[in-house]
Amino acid sequence: MLCDVCKCNEATVFLTQILEGKMQKVNLCDACSKEKGVQDPTGFALADLLLGIGAAEEIEKGAPSQKCPVCGFTQADFKKTGRLGCSGCYVTFAEGLGSLLKAMHKGTEHVGKLPQRAHREIELGDRMRALTEDLEKAVADENYESAAALRDKIKQLAHEKAI
Amino acid sequence: MKFENVMATGGEWLRGEGPHHQIVISSRVRLARNLRQRAFPGWAKKAERTQILELIKPRVEELTEMQDSFSELLQDLSALEKQVLVERHLISREHAAKSVGSAVIMNRRQTLSIMVNEEDHLRMQSIRSGLQLKSAFKLVDKVDSTLEGKLDFAYDARLGYLTACPTNVGTGMRASAMLHLPGLVLSEMINQVIQAVNKIGLAVRGLYGEGTEAMGNLFQISNQTTLGEKEDEIVSRLSKVIETIIEKEHDARQMLIQKKSNTLWDQIGRAYGVLTFAHAMTSKEALNLLSIIKLGVDLGAFPEDRRLPIDELFIDTQPAHLQKSSQQKLNAEERDHLRAQIIRERLRVFPKPDISKVARESENGSTPEPQNNE
Repeated sequence: MLCDVCKCNEATVFLTQILEGKMQKVNLCDACSKEKGVQDPTGFALADLLLGIGAAEEIEKGAPSQKCPVCGFTQADFKKTGRLGCSGCYVTFAEGLGSLLKAMHKGTEHVGKLPQRAHREIELGDRMRALTEDLEKAVADENYESAAALRDKIKQLAHEKAI
Repeated sequence: MKFENVMATGGEWLRGEGPHHQIVISSRVRLARNLRQRAFPGWAKKAERTQILELIKPRVEELTEMQDSFSELLQDLSALEKQVLVERHLISREHAAKSVGSAVIMNRRQTLSIMVNEEDHLRMQSIRSGLQLKSAFKLVDKVDSTLEGKLDFAYDARLGYLTACPTNVGTGMRASAMLHLPGLVLSEMINQVIQAVNKIGLAVRGLYGEGTEAMGNLFQISNQTTLGEKEDEIVSRLSKVIETIIEKEHDARQMLIQKKSNTLWDQIGRAYGVLTFAHAMTSKEALNLLSIIKLGVDLGAFPEDRRLPIDELFIDTQPAHLQKSSQQKLNAEERDHLRAQIIRERLRVFPKPDISKVARESENGSTPEPQNNE
């Protein structure tokens, strides 16, 4: 069996770690295990190493021959580097990344800081949804006067959103 | 600001005046940010990288926090200068390997450093002395809020900030502290502590981060995950764990004084002897012995005013600092001689370890408490 890191030498160090109920395995050759400071498997966070190993396999499942339309990055590139090509890759490879992120992190959704711009977009999105619902209701009720007013509002909001 | 000034001014965290500074050398918080729809630095071609750099660098330089800053393109720094910045933790080892299309900007106090086109387009880091993770986060968070008004950061409503490596996605934040834990190492309890820390999803690393060896009884503890937890929750969880480790370290030192005092005095005496008389010393040996002397200062075996010279030696004896201050490139053997010489000179005015003082304090049942300046 070859080393998961250098993929050249025969693996001589086999590590298994159970972290928060998830099992992670990694096989290393002598040189890589020394380089990564793995003398004591208990004092060592496997997740560091696992990236680009388990990670590449996960992403492969989701997107067999996909290429990111924004930057041209492929899953083979991810397998090689353990890094993505651009922010668009998160959309392109969303399916495969989902389970990878789940295994890697505490949660699957961001709950922390968002840029101000994001708050504005979320707020505009909410308002847009509310107005669209009102419009549908107005049309259903054949209340064309308020439907026209709502349509104008939606137009204006769409313009704001585009800025 | 010129590189010579960076060398000369030392930086705030090197002076070691923060809370719990005896055990917590420094606290760092870094945020990773990227521009929307642009290739990450590792995937971008040279021309695009340069373009991105030209977009970001002026925005960073005009920050109020960056007045009179040090700002350099990586290709304009020598290998030695880059290494000095690595030894001061102002840039990463990965960034030091970069050249065209990358830059570093840092403030005069060396509490804030921003790497452009490291693994992500922006890596913003705040570094403080002692246990000050909260204030380190506050500074870097403020800078981030200013920059987001000028740059279009990549984020996703569900995944948060998008980063080159999926391990950083979400907050893009890595908070870490450098701890000096000779008591836990000497009492052979360190592995238990590391194991416990790993179990709760925090990472323990050596002196220079990922994949580096623990030298000088120095350990870096940081958050492992970035998605599904708020920034301030991560920071306070980490701070609490570090406070517990500080307690364990004090307990271990007490245990050593009471139950293994012979081993402890032997270690301190040997460290003092070797450092005072050796004529060749590797940086690893120097760090390990200086760590024991630092412990000696903490325990009162050396006078308190000897603390700063020892702390300075930790940095000044690192390979690049050694060569930069001697203004010449040296081979390993020459470095080892120069290192030993510098240490001998600085320790010449150092009194012998005074064990009686420590023994008295242990009878009272307490070692000197860490100062809390917060």
